[in-house]
Amino acid sequence: MKAHLSRRYLFSASHRLHSEAMSEAENQQTYGKCNNPYGHGHNYIVQITVSGPVDENTGMVCNLVDLDGFIEREVLARYGHENLNTLQEFSGEVPTTENLCIQIYEIVQRGFPRAHLERVRLEETMMNAFEYAG
Amino acid sequence: MVYLTRKAEFSASHYYHNPAFTPEQNRALFGKCNNPNGHGHNYTLEVTVKGEVDPRSGFVVDLKRLKEIMQREVLDAMDHRFLNKEVPEFADKIPTTENLAISIWQRLDTKLERAQLHRVRVYETPDLFVDFYGEA
Repeated sequence: MKAHLSRRYLFSASHRLHSEAMSEAENQQTYGKCNNPYGHGHNYIVQITVSGPVDENTGMVCNLVDLDGFIEREVLARYGHENLNTLQEFSGEVPTTENLCIQIYEIVQRGFPRAHLERVRLEETMMNAFEYAG
Repeated sequence: MVYLTRKAEFSASHYYHNPAFTPEQNRALFGKCNNPNGHGHNYTLEVTVKGEVDPRSGFVVDLKRLKEIMQREVLDAMDHRFLNKEVPEFADKIPTTENLAISIWQRLDTKLERAQLHRVRVYETPDLFVDFYGEA
């Protein structure tokens, strides 16, 4: 029997939306308040969904201890309580939640082979969320 | 095709244990969840059915009937129970969130009248849930 397991984690980070490829005016027009030079922050919620057969011996798709450990080390420690714009991960792209969602997907896809990654959902605020399924 | 979801909550206790493993293996694999006295959750259940809208009633399914079926087939059996000891299918299957979702699907699947079961979602906590779509 195949089931889909979803787990949610919270991390807080700040960012500023600004593109070097655009003029000041274009940045202001594209990003509005999100272009303010000091940045602003979010409590991001990242939801990881993995799927796979339910193991007959354990009753699990994957062991949560393994998933939690991996996400803590590779996602929460990497992005949590950081200014995303200062991270090497965003030296070449704007730290929109779209781009952050794709980065997190690729980190999990590359580094967590114990279950099939279905999608990553990233909630920026209570009103907007982004999902990436590869 | 329209998808309709009905939520319900139930409170239950459980523990994780495989009698085929040694006590040490059980403790290593399941940690605190292996405590034989159990621990509890306020589970949230979401049952999603799908179907076409009946032109006379405007319904995909009569919600009163769906509510009765969920009460009779699932909540009466599991609410305020110790799952391992009181729910027959968990006498020899570990009541993980995965197995709960599958068991609830199996309890509901043949009982719906017009609509078809699409997904059973079980939240063990607000940050952990399992979806089962009836896939073997």
